Amino acid sequence: MSQPLAESAPLRAPLEIEFDYTRSLGPVLSQFMAALAERRILGARGADGRVHAPPFEYDPVSAEPPAELVPVGPEGTVVSWSWMPDPLVGQPLAEPFAWALIRLDGADTAMLHAVDAGSAAAMRTGLRVRPRWAARPAGGIRDIACFEPCDGPAGAAAGAATAQDIGTERTPGMTITPVRLRYLHTASPGESAYLRGLAAGRLLGQRCGVCGQVYVPTRGTCPADGVTMTEEVELPETGTVTTFCIVNVGYPGQRVTPPYVAAAVLLDGADIAFQHLVLGCDASEVRMGLRVRAVWGETGGISHFTPTGEPDALYETYARSL
Amino acid sequence: MSADVAVVGFAQSPCRVREDATTSGVEMLVPIFAEVFRACGLTKSDIGFWCSGSSDYLAGRAFSFVSAVDAIGAVPPAMESHVEMDAAWALYEAWAKVLTGEAEIALAYGFGKSSGAELRRVLALQLDPYLVAPLWPDSVSVAALQARLGLEAGRWTEKDMAEVAARSRAEARSNPDAQVSGSVTAAELLARPYVAEPLRAHDCAPVGDGAAVVIIASAARARELCERPAWISGFAHQVDSGSLGARDLLAVPSAAGAASAAGAGPVELAELHAPFSHQELLLREDLGLGEEVTVNPSGGALCGNPMFAAGLARIGLAARAVMSGRASRALGHATSGPALQQNLVCVLSGEAS
Repeated sequence: MSQPLAESAPLRAPLEIEFDYTRSLGPVLSQFMAALAERRILGARGADGRVHAPPFEYDPVSAEPPAELVPVGPEGTVVSWSWMPDPLVGQPLAEPFAWALIRLDGADTAMLHAVDAGSAAAMRTGLRVRPRWAARPAGGIRDIACFEPCDGPAGAAAGAATAQDIGTERTPGMTITPVRLRYLHTASPGESAYLRGLAAGRLLGQRCGVCGQVYVPTRGTCPADGVTMTEEVELPETGTVTTFCIVNVGYPGQRVTPPYVAAAVLLDGADIAFQHLVLGCDASEVRMGLRVRAVWGETGGISHFTPTGEPDALYETYARSL
Repeated sequence: MSADVAVVGFAQSPCRVREDATTSGVEMLVPIFAEVFRACGLTKSDIGFWCSGSSDYLAGRAFSFVSAVDAIGAVPPAMESHVEMDAAWALYEAWAKVLTGEAEIALAYGFGKSSGAELRRVLALQLDPYLVAPLWPDSVSVAALQARLGLEAGRWTEKDMAEVAARSRAEARSNPDAQVSGSVTAAELLARPYVAEPLRAHDCAPVGDGAAVVIIASAARARELCERPAWISGFAHQVDSGSLGARDLLAVPSAAGAASAAGAGPVELAELHAPFSHQELLLREDLGLGEEVTVNPSGGALCGNPMFAAGLARIGLAARAVMSGRASRALGHATSGPALQQNLVCVLSGEAS
């Protein structure tokens, strides 16, 4: 048998996640963002007379929506700052810059944004700053590319460093925030063994030393008993459809044309079904008890399952795994 | 609130960068569940309610906490819940479950593989999604804005901050679970470069992976499980505005309010969840902890801050001090959000009410 699970290093791979958050702005922030597109900044006057910039949606004192939005700034004063020597992906500037809390003229609260000051030595609390506007408004807070010292030269509006990844078409009332996160994903020892098995054309499972159930894929820990499993079991590539659904809905990135079947397949000798595709027959022919066989992909791993043509399995043989 | 629920067990994994660990936490959780069950003489079937704290953003996968359920052995089905917060808040939910009588023994656990991605960047996603998060302000930079406000207001100096770090590291020498420890002077620390001026590396919690578990029990069961249970005499959490520029960053009304609501009163020992050195100074002041109070004898979060577990571990450590007789009254604190936005206080006592 193969190397014990614990002795083979877990598999690791970069995992990059990307999604665009598309958010509706609501009445207050819609006005705020629309004003930014016109290179104006609005604040909200609260019940206590204080002006919040950016505006609140609900008054922190009275919980009422703002009675009026009022123009503030566009210049302001640095209230506090920190220095970012090594900007991270997505931040407003690619060269070292300051984060700052900026109280815009006419406001009583501060706004968090970046200041393109060149060096930490040029930053100080009390520094007067003005917005540097993005060349093309996109309908978000990044329509202010950053702030810059009032006593310095005007920076290029939305130069390469402030290029935004967000869509260039502004949709009133909406804002799109792209999120990109990079992880180093580590598979568990059990998952790693399963993946290595698949690459070698083998289906590996594990038997729990307490309850005796056979799990596939290998997963390291018995979910019933919470104990580490050590006994490896090799399973055949045949099994039974315990239950299934027909996918009729399309989505971006879909690799099989609907309608198609996603099924729970109970491999012969396993106690827990796992999910896979059942292809090679009309979706309407798939049924509980259908006998299926793995079809291996060209690059390793199982592409899908397909009917074997054997008589259906009796309900009693898979009922406990439903 | 009457002290009819007690902490009876606590365990935590050492805080380390674990390249071999998955984001599901299972590998970190299985050993500490075994440890705490052994100490309490319990098995999983004795647990009436489970509650976990973790984050999909940290794990980089949806419903990541579901994978962790493997570690609890949820067959037959367990009564289980989850918070997308530090597990100190999971313990709060568990406490409420025991108070209502729906469970006699409950277990809260938290886990975080903080090193799976760039933590300070991932934490930008906890900020206002319209006005702030699109700029990706990282957690260290946001804390640095708070630190500077205090420096310029004369509330603390960079030396005061370095002394917090030096003391924490010295304390952590006796804590095998700490990620950072050692003998270093404030002067030595101050000679090192800034990472986000005015913060240096020693002012910021290290990035580490870990897990923690706390078991609580009703009065009827606590005494049989633990020789000296740590009775929960008060437990409360509060939140301040999410608008960083609209709140006074040099006050933590949610921490003071939670302490007041929990009836904190005088304590001998406090474990404060302060991921940045100046935040310990801020919390000490707002919680009214004088020189006589032993603060963070574990080294605190500055010496090990596994995300979503470190707050629960503060309560566990405070409870351990009571259970071992080192303190008769102790305070565990947890924080969540940017710049101490949300705070929780759990007061533990050697005496039942």
